Amino acid sequence: MADNTNSAQTQKKQFYKKKHREQMKHQVITFAMMIAFTMLAFGLVMAEVDAMFTIPIILVLAAVQVLFQLYYFMHMAEEGHEWPAAMIYSGVFAAVLTILALTIIVWW
Amino acid sequence: MAEDVLKSGNLPENPERATLEGRNKFMGFWFFLGGETVLFASLFGTYLALRNSTVDGPTGQEIFGLGLVFLMTVILLTSSLTSVYAMYHMKNNDFKKMQLWLGITVLLGFAFLGLEIYEFVHYVNDYGFGFTTSAFSTAFYSLVGFHGAHVAFGLVWIISLMIRNHKRGLNLYNAPKFYIASLYWHFIDVVWVFIFTVVYLMGKVG
Repeated sequence: MADNTNSAQTQKKQFYKKKHREQMKHQVITFAMMIAFTMLAFGLVMAEVDAMFTIPIILVLAAVQVLFQLYYFMHMAEEGHEWPAAMIYSGVFAAVLTILALTIIVWW
Repeated sequence: MAEDVLKSGNLPENPERATLEGRNKFMGFWFFLGGETVLFASLFGTYLALRNSTVDGPTGQEIFGLGLVFLMTVILLTSSLTSVYAMYHMKNNDFKKMQLWLGITVLLGFAFLGLEIYEFVHYVNDYGFGFTTSAFSTAFYSLVGFHGAHVAFGLVWIISLMIRNHKRGLNLYNAPKFYIASLYWHFIDVVWVFIFTVVYLMGKVG
C-alpha cells in the first residue's frame, strides 16, 4: 500500500517535471523571438528606413513582444488566469484612453 | 497520514496558488499591475504630448545613443529570462537553484541600473540636458526615471526575499512571495519594451 502511493507520487512528480520542461522550452523560444524582434526594431531605425513605415512597424513589434512576455514569461497562457487577464486588459483599456486623451489635446 | 505541506519537500503543483493567502496575493498583484499600466500610460501620454517641446535644449535625436539603449534592452530582457528560470526551479522545488538564478537576475538588474545612471549623468554633463531644461527633458526624466526607480525597488525586493528566506528553504508560505516578485520583474521589462520603442527608437526616427 505504502509502495503504491509512493510510486504514484513519483509518477506525478515525473509528469510535472516533464510539463515544466516543456513550458521552459516555450519560454526559451519566446526569449529568442523577443531578441529577434528587438534587433529588427533597432535595425529598422538604424538603417533609417522611412519614418511613416518604421513607426507603425516598431509599435506592432513592441505590442507582440509584450504579449509574449505576458502569456509565456508571466504564465498568462496557463490555466487559472482568467482574472489576471481581466485585470491587465482593463488596465490596458484605461491606458489607451489616457494616452489618446493626452496626445489628442496637443495635436488638435 | 497527512503531509505537512507547509514544511515538507512535497510542494503541490502550483505552490504560489496553493494557499488562500497565496491566491489572494496572486490576484491582488495582478490587480496592482493593471493599475501600474494606467500609471505608466499617463507618463507615456505626457511624454508623447511634450516630446517636441524642447525650447532651446537638445532634442532626443541629438542625444540618444542607440548602442547603449540596445545593450540595456538585452540586459533587461535576459534578466527576465533568468527570473523565469528561477520560477522553473521553484516549481521543481529546487531552492538552491532558484536562489542562484534570482542572484543572476539581481546582478543583471544592477548592470541595467548602472548603465541608466551613466546615461543620465552623460546627458546632464555633456549636453546640459537637466530635469528643468525643457518640457521634453522633464517628461523624459519622469518617465524613464520612474521606470528606473521601479528597477531599483525590484532589486531591493528580490534581495530582501533571498536574504530573509535563505535558511528557510522553499515552502508554501514563501513560494507566493517569490512568484509575485518575479511577476513584478517581468512587468518592469514589459514597460521597458515600450520605453525603448516609444522614447528612444521613435525619438531617433523623429
